[in-house]
Amino acid sequence: MIAAAPTTTWYLVLAAVLFGVGTVGVLVRRNPLIMLMCIELMLNAVNLSFVALSKKLGDIGGQTTVFFVMVVAAAEVVVGLGIIVAILRRKPNATADDLAELKG
Amino acid sequence: MQLFVFICAGLMILAGAVGVITRSHPVHAALSLILTLFGVAVLYIAQEAQFLAVVQVIVYAGAIVVLFLFVIMLLGVDKAEDLQIEPLKLQRKTAGIVGGGVIGLIVYAAIASRDNIGVVKPPQSDAVTAVDALNPHDSNVRRLARDLFSDHVLAFELTSVLLVIAVVGTVLLARRAPKSPTRTTTETSS
Amino acid sequence: MLDVVWLIPALPLAGFVLILLFGRRLGDPKAGYLATLMCGAAFVVTVGAFFDLLSKSAEEREHISKVFTWVPVGSLKVDFSFLADPLSITMCLFVTGIGTLIHLYSIGYMHGDPRFSKFFLYLNLFAFSMLVLVLGENMLVTFLGWEGVGTCSYLLIAFWHERDIAATAGKKAFVTNRVGDWGFMLSMFFAFQATGTLSYLGINDAAGSIAKSTATAIALFAFMGACGKSAQLPLYLWLPDAMEGPAPVSALIHAATMVTAGVFLMCRMSPVLEVSSSYAPTLIAVVGAVTALFAATIAVAQNDIKKVLAYSTISQLGYMFLAVGSGAYTAAIFHMITHAFFKALLFLGSGAVIHGMHDEQDMRRMGALRKLMPVTAATFIVGWLSIAGVPPFSGFWSKDDILLAAYDKSPVLWVIGLVTALLTAYYMTRQVIMVFYGEARWHDAHEEHGAHGDVQPHESPTIMLIPLVVLAGLSIVGGILNLPFNATTEKLTHWLEPVLGTHDSDTAKLPLAAVATVIAIIGIALAIMIYGKHKAKPIEPAVLADGWHYDAAVSKFMGGPGRGAFDAVAWYDANVVDGAVNGIGRLVRGTAQKIRTVQSGNVRNYAAAIGVGVVLLLGWFVVVRGNR
Repeated sequence: MIAAAPTTTWYLVLAAVLFGVGTVGVLVRRNPLIMLMCIELMLNAVNLSFVALSKKLGDIGGQTTVFFVMVVAAAEVVVGLGIIVAILRRKPNATADDLAELKG
Repeated sequence: MQLFVFICAGLMILAGAVGVITRSHPVHAALSLILTLFGVAVLYIAQEAQFLAVVQVIVYAGAIVVLFLFVIMLLGVDKAEDLQIEPLKLQRKTAGIVGGGVIGLIVYAAIASRDNIGVVKPPQSDAVTAVDALNPHDSNVRRLARDLFSDHVLAFELTSVLLVIAVVGTVLLARRAPKSPTRTTTETSS
Repeated sequence: MLDVVWLIPALPLAGFVLILLFGRRLGDPKAGYLATLMCGAAFVVTVGAFFDLLSKSAEEREHISKVFTWVPVGSLKVDFSFLADPLSITMCLFVTGIGTLIHLYSIGYMHGDPRFSKFFLYLNLFAFSMLVLVLGENMLVTFLGWEGVGTCSYLLIAFWHERDIAATAGKKAFVTNRVGDWGFMLSMFFAFQATGTLSYLGINDAAGSIAKSTATAIALFAFMGACGKSAQLPLYLWLPDAMEGPAPVSALIHAATMVTAGVFLMCRMSPVLEVSSSYAPTLIAVVGAVTALFAATIAVAQNDIKKVLAYSTISQLGYMFLAVGSGAYTAAIFHMITHAFFKALLFLGSGAVIHGMHDEQDMRRMGALRKLMPVTAATFIVGWLSIAGVPPFSGFWSKDDILLAAYDKSPVLWVIGLVTALLTAYYMTRQVIMVFYGEARWHDAHEEHGAHGDVQPHESPTIMLIPLVVLAGLSIVGGILNLPFNATTEKLTHWLEPVLGTHDSDTAKLPLAAVATVIAIIGIALAIMIYGKHKAKPIEPAVLADGWHYDAAVSKFMGGPGRGAFDAVAWYDANVVDGAVNGIGRLVRGTAQKIRTVQSGNVRNYAAAIGVGVVLLLGWFVVVRGNR
């Protein structure tokens, strides 16, 4: 077992743990920047599973998907940070809890 | 050897992830994120996705996290967050359940299906992917390029549009409000 | 003409539609002439159909004209068809004939009324409904006409609906009729269940095979409907109030046609009545006789010229039901025809008097009108003699037929009939004397009323006098329809025999006729002594004037326990039904208020919710669906 090569399943498990940690982070942290970072963690977990399965199945489509995920993640971070900048300029110490104006 | 690499990279990843969610100082969290991203890049290389590993380092770790750090520094929001208090009751419990549930379920799914991966092949959609299947020994870049620029060329073009839009939108969002009219009138009157 | 028997109701219907569209433009009097023309045309077609029927042999006098298939639902197959046989054509003849005369009269009577054309609209609609009722080949078509005449009665009674009394009277008529209609409907249901058809020919042919109790049910429920429509005890109380309508309405609907619908129905169903338990016809005869007597006693004390005639109508209808109950259906139809003649005449005459006295209806303020309204007086007197049963006027012959049948059924009923005849002669003579003879009491009324201008009673215009004269003539000679001397003179009996059967009697007719005549003369003499010569004081006790307090009793019942029931239903509707509906509204609103709190506006709450949802979804896919 010690000398065994890591199979796809190990990668999937690792990705699952990473994803879970990212989820917990999003739910627990209040600083918007750190919440964004946790979302990045989740995206990376997904990318990892895509790559692992792409290798296993021999289908390059998985890596193409990861490529696109990265592009979109970059765009999303750009826009997200823009929003955070716009908000934090008004209220410098705002946390996610302070932005509750759509209360029903 | 493979195992050693996997374990090191895995530890890096997990340490970084835990660091992101537990460090109260945003800059420390960003640095933990870099650790995770590097770990993921190593695993990409282990899975023979070399191109993606490089892109990961350049784009993710090199651009996105830097962007994060820029914002943290420029806005001066590097004050540490108090992690002791949690204004929403039940939030931590819910987070625990959700996290535990997600991890548990996916791990279970992964382990339960470990013998079944690849048994059901997804349908081959196009001639090029069939071509790709014919040449599995091309270099990673070549294979990736072939797939990207034939099957997914439309999506590729659209992502470029997306990036332009994102940039334009963010510039608009982050701009300071335009000068108010009263200043111009006072200028003309005085 | 028999092929176009559907034209008979269609012509008044066409009149209705034309007046509906063009009535206001035609106005007074063209709309009236149009309506009269339509009714008259229907009469002409009826006469044609009559001669067509006459030309056939007795067994073949039965023509069914199907207009369209009405209800083809499963085992219930009802066609909208008309049955032209002796009974229905006879009814059509006098409905259209008298109807045309009354239309003509109304042109003069309603002249100057702002809603002139609307009156004729309703009159034509009524004619249509009545003809559908009479010509109906099955109970459902008759029921359609039945309801139609009820509606028109309501519309016409409440014609001057600005007067509260008139509006209330219309409602009273409709509601009371409805109670009777319930009976009619039950009768229909029983008939259908017993015979599988609603067609009269079908029911009557199968009458022999219907179980006795079912036949009794059919007959008695139909009689209940007849009680409502023909104003017998206990559902008569709408008819006196219906006098709020204009006089032509009273003449047409509440004397000659609609109120006879009940008698007609019972005669149509006579085969079923024949096979029902013997207490059913007896019950009908008793109710008829008691109603006749009851109403006659009330008429003795009435002072409104039309109310006397209203109670008189109830009383004469009682006679007709007495005949039906005694098995003498032809006698009932005969009396219906003669009654139509003289009662319509009397009502139209009273309308002429009211018109000439400028809407004065209280007989105590009339008197000595004979010289001022000669034609009206003469025709009214003819009507009086006819209803009193003085030979040789038509009323004598028909009433005699009924009294003969009553005697055969039971001498007690005969005595009741005789007493009623006495009272009839008495109160009608009283009416004639109070209105046309004696001193002119309208000047006193003028002094009581104040500055009204002098009441100048005058004769009515010719257009109103023509129908009076025609009806008077018919009242005089109407008896020849069914003179009881021998088989050839009994024309009506012979004519209606295929439908109604015969009623043979061994009793000697002459003595009974003599007794009836003597009774009539006694009644007339009594009235002349009291009211003409003032030899004795008038007997008009308050209890009779108030109709034995029947109206008050009904009001008290409806006002007391009746109202309690209504209030309970209203409470139920307001609280339970509305409460349920409103309660649902409140429930929704309350729930929405609670659910609103989920939207805290806090992103992390939403994220948590999403997370929980993801776990659940994942759980289902991984655990439940598993390794498929």
